[in-house]
Amino acid sequence: MTGPTPGPATPVRREPGEPGKSREPEVTAPQGLLDEDRPAETARPGPEHSGHTAPAREDRPWIGASVGRREDPRLLSGNGQFTDDIDLPGMLHAQFVRSTVAHARITALDLTAVRQVPGVVAAFDAQDLSLADITARLGRPLTEFVPTGMPVLAREKVRYAGEPLAIVVARDAYAAEDGVEAARVGYDSLPPVVSEEQALAPDAPLVHDEASANTLLDVSMFATEGIDGTFDEAPCVVHVETRTGRQNALPLETRGVVAGWDHREEQLVLRTSTQVPHQVRTTAARCLGLDERAVRVVVPDMGGGFGQKCVVGREEIAAGAAAIRLGRPVKWIEDRKDALTAAFLAREQHYDVRAAFDAEGHILGLDAAVVCDMGAYSCYPFTAGIEPLMASAEMPGVYKVPAYRVRARAVTTNKAPTAPYRGVSRPQYVMVMERLFERAARELKLEPTEIRRRNLITQFPYTGVNNVTYDPGSYLESLNLCESVLKEEGWYAAKETAAAQGRHLGIGYSCFSERTGYGSAAFAQRKMEVVPGFDISEVRMDTSGALVVTTGTMSHGQSHETTLAQIAADELGLDIGKVRIHQGDTDRITYGWGTFASRSVAIGGSAVRLAAGKLGEKLIAIAASVLEVPPDELELGPGLVRRPADGRTVSYEELADIAYLKSHLLPKDTEPGLTATASFDVLNDGTFSNATHGVVVELHEGTGQVEILRYVCVEDCGVAINPKVVEGQTRGGIAQGIAGALFEQVTYDEQGAPSAVSFMEYKVPTALEIPEVSIHHLETPCAFTETGAKGVGEGGTIGAPGAVLNAVNDALLPTGVELDDTPVTPQTVAAALEHTS
Amino acid sequence: MTDDVSTPEHPVRQQQLISLHVNGEAHELLTEPRRTLVDVLRHDLRLTGTHVGCEHGICGACTVLLDGAPVRACLMFAAQAEGSEIRTVESLADGGGLGDLQRAFSEHHGLQCGFCTPGFLMLAEGFLAERPEASKEEIREVVASNLCRCTGYQTIVEAIDDCAARRRAALRARVEGTAHQDENTSETVPPRAACEEVPCGSTTRSR
Repeated sequence: MTGPTPGPATPVRREPGEPGKSREPEVTAPQGLLDEDRPAETARPGPEHSGHTAPAREDRPWIGASVGRREDPRLLSGNGQFTDDIDLPGMLHAQFVRSTVAHARITALDLTAVRQVPGVVAAFDAQDLSLADITARLGRPLTEFVPTGMPVLAREKVRYAGEPLAIVVARDAYAAEDGVEAARVGYDSLPPVVSEEQALAPDAPLVHDEASANTLLDVSMFATEGIDGTFDEAPCVVHVETRTGRQNALPLETRGVVAGWDHREEQLVLRTSTQVPHQVRTTAARCLGLDERAVRVVVPDMGGGFGQKCVVGREEIAAGAAAIRLGRPVKWIEDRKDALTAAFLAREQHYDVRAAFDAEGHILGLDAAVVCDMGAYSCYPFTAGIEPLMASAEMPGVYKVPAYRVRARAVTTNKAPTAPYRGVSRPQYVMVMERLFERAARELKLEPTEIRRRNLITQFPYTGVNNVTYDPGSYLESLNLCESVLKEEGWYAAKETAAAQGRHLGIGYSCFSERTGYGSAAFAQRKMEVVPGFDISEVRMDTSGALVVTTGTMSHGQSHETTLAQIAADELGLDIGKVRIHQGDTDRITYGWGTFASRSVAIGGSAVRLAAGKLGEKLIAIAASVLEVPPDELELGPGLVRRPADGRTVSYEELADIAYLKSHLLPKDTEPGLTATASFDVLNDGTFSNATHGVVVELHEGTGQVEILRYVCVEDCGVAINPKVVEGQTRGGIAQGIAGALFEQVTYDEQGAPSAVSFMEYKVPTALEIPEVSIHHLETPCAFTETGAKGVGEGGTIGAPGAVLNAVNDALLPTGVELDDTPVTPQTVAAALEHTS
Repeated sequence: MTDDVSTPEHPVRQQQLISLHVNGEAHELLTEPRRTLVDVLRHDLRLTGTHVGCEHGICGACTVLLDGAPVRACLMFAAQAEGSEIRTVESLADGGGLGDLQRAFSEHHGLQCGFCTPGFLMLAEGFLAERPEASKEEIREVVASNLCRCTGYQTIVEAIDDCAARRRAALRARVEGTAHQDENTSETVPPRAACEEVPCGSTTRSR
C-alpha cells in the first residue's frame, strides 16, 4: 500500500446529465463512459494494477458506468427473501416480555400463566437459558472506560423500558403476543436517570454499579500546548452549545431472526437481518458456549440497517437459545413499537465548543467538550465509546485548526441503548463546526463562504492537529462550485427580494469530509478490543466461465451485488452477467467485518479486485501452458486470455475445462480449480470523501414550517464505481440528515417512558418534506484503494444537518434569534419569527 | 362461519372459513378472525412480496389493491376482504418479465433495500389507474402516503412520473393507430390497458 500523492488535488468535474449520471434505462452493456470527460491521467479508476494481467482499458468497461442494479428483478417482483419471508417446517414464533419501567430491581418474574396461554409452547427467562453476557471492551484503563455487560435477558435489574426479560415461544406470532401479556413481573422501582445532566449530577442513582458517575467513557485528548493563551489573546472567540435529539436509524424492516438447529451439520443456523454476520456468529457462540464453527449466520435480503443492525442484538441470541432448547426453528420479528422503543437508538449528544479566530477569520484554536447519552448499555463490538471517540478524533474536519483540546464522555442512562447510526457523531460535530464558522463570520463581518475558504485544507496530504492524515480531496473546489451554483440559480437575489416582501429566506452551507475505509490501524488506535478493518474476498470460476465472488461485506440497500460485480468484471474482462456476488453466509468466507462506516467499496471492493487479479494470474499461467509461450506475453481480454503478438486466444471456458475436468493437462505445480482469495486492509488513516451542501430554506410565519426550497450537493467520493448508486446513497443520506435536523426525536418523560411508540409520534419525513436534491460530482481518486473509490454511504447524512441549520439561522438573522439544537421544530421557528415583530 | 378447533396440545381457538380472491385466483382458508389481511397474504397464501413495516397503517409497506384502490393490508382483517379483488405486487409482472412500472423503478433507481418497494408499486399502480394524467406534483403528494428510508423519494417520484408519461404516450400512439416504439427498450409497448392481464375490480372505472 502506498501513501497518498503529495500536492494539491486536481478533481475532475462531472456535470449532471453527463454520461456518468446517465438517465438511460437499465444497462446490460456499458454505456458511454467517462473517458471523454476526464483528463487521461485520472480517467481510469485508481492506480494501475500492480501485475501484468489486468485487461486492457477497452475490456474494462464496467467501473464508472451506471449499470442497472442486479438486485432489482427479485425485489421488484416480490421475490426478495427477507427474514420474515422465511417459513421452516415446524417453525415457532417468539416475542419478548419487556420491562415496562425504566429502572428497577426485578422482584418477581412469573411465567406460569404465560405457559398456559393457548398456542404458547414455552417461555424462558435469564435463569432458564443461563447465557453469557454480551460485553464490549476497549483496551483503556478504568479511568477512561468502564466495561459493562449486557445480559441477553435481564436479570436482577432492568435498565430501560423495553429491556427484554423473557422470551415467549408460540405456535404463531399472535399467540406469542398473547403469552407476553400474561407475564407477571414484580419491580422494586429505582429512580430513573433520563438525561445527561441527571446522569452526571452528584449522588445520581447508578445505572451500572461499576460505572461511577454513570460514566462509561471519559477521555481528554490533544490539548495543544498554549491553547489557553491562544483563547485569551484571540480577537474573536465564538461559542456554540448544541444538543441533538435521540433518533432511531429506522430501517423499514425491523430487526428479526429465524433460528434453527441443523442436526446434520450440528450447527445453530441464525438467519438474521444483520450488517455484521461474523460478529453475530462470534458473539452467539460465546454467549451459548458453543464452538464458533457450530454457529452459522446467514443473512437474508435486508430492509435497511443504517447502523442499527451493525451491532449484535440480544434477541437474536435468545431466539437461538430457544431454538436449541425446543429442537424447532424459532422466528422472532420485532414489531414497530419494540423497534422504536427497545431497539438501538442513536445521536443524542451535547456539545459545548469554543473556537478562537484572528481578525482575518483564520481559526486559531478549538476547545470542545462532548457528552454522549449512550443509554443503558455498551453495544458490541463498538462499545459506548464509539460516538465520543469519533467526535474527539475527527472534529477539526476539513479545516486547518492549529490548536485543539477535547474532553469527550459517554454517559449511561435508563434509556434504550445506542448503536452507531449513519454518520456516527459526524452529523453533529460537522454541524457544530459549521455553526462556529457562521458565528465567527457574523462577528468578523465576513461572508460565510469566505471565512470557510480562508480555513479549508487545500494542500494534501495534510496531517491535522488531531494526528489524522487526510488524503487528497476537493474541499475548496466543492465549496466554490456549490456557492456558484446557488448564485447562478439566483438564490442570493431571491433572498433579497423575499426579505423586501417580508418573507424569510435563508442560505446555509456545510463543508465536511468523511473518513471512509477505516482499516484495522484506525480502529486499533481507538483501542477497540475487537478490531475491525480488513476484508476478505474469494473468487471462484466454474467450468462455464461464470464467476462467484464471496465477500465479507453485507449489502443492505447499497447495491453491492451490482458495484462489486462491476469491479470483478473489469478485473477479469468478464461480462457483468457472468459475475455473481455472494454475501452474508459465515460458512462461505473465513471472516468479514460486514458493512458499516462506508467501508464496503473502499475495503471490500479492494479485496474483490485483488482476488480477481490473483485469479487472472492463474488463468494466464494455465493459458501460457496451453499456448506454450511465457506468461508475460499474455494478457486478459474479454472472457479470454490472448497473446497480442499473434492474436491467439484461449477462452475462460477452455481454461476452466482444463482446471477442473482435464487437470492432467495443468502445468506442473498448478493446483486444480479456479479460485483465489485475497484480503485488503487500510493501514494508514483511511481515505476521506468530501462534499459541500448548500441549502435554501423559507421559514413560514404562524406554522413555523421550514420549507427547503433548494438543495445542492457537490460531492467527491473519488472514483464512482456506479454514479447512479452514488447519487442514491447521497440523496438517501441527505433525507436522513434532514430528518435529524427538522423532524425526528425520541424524548423520555421523567419516569423514563419513551415518547415515540408509533409513527404517530416519531415523525419520519415523507416525500412532501424531503426536497429534490441536485448533485454535482467532483472526482479526486483515492491513491491507495484498489479502485480509486472512497466510501459514500454516510456523507449525505453528515452534511445535511449543518447546512439546514445554517440556512434556518440565516433566515432568522433579522430576528436576532439563533437556534443551535436539533431537531428544529415548528414551535421554535414560529416563536423565533414572533421575535421579529 | 366459525369453527372450534381444539387439540389436546392447543385448546379452543376460534377459526372461520373465508374465501379470498387474490391476483385472479380464488382461495378458501380457515383462519382466526383476528388475523390481518397482510398476515394471511404473507403467511397463509405465501405471497411474501407484500411487506409489514409498522402494523399501524402509516408506513404503507403493506399496500395492496382492493378492488383497484390502494389499502393498508395491516389495517384490515382478512375476513373484511371477502368478496373483493385483491392485487399484490406478485401481479405486476408482465408475462415473464417486469411490468412497465417495475422497469421504471429499476431504471430510476427508485429502490435500494427494496423493503418498501412493493407498497410503493401498488400505491402507484392504483393511483395511475385512477389518475393517468397526474402531474409530477400530484405524484409526489401520493408518494408521501408511504415511507421509504433509503432513497429520499426523488427517484420514486421520477419513476412513477416516467411510467405515467410512457403509458400516456403509448395510449396516444394506440389511439392514433400506430404502434409505439418505446425509445428506451426498442420493444413494442402496448398501452397499459391492453396488457392488463388480471381482472381487478374498480381499476376498470378509470379506463
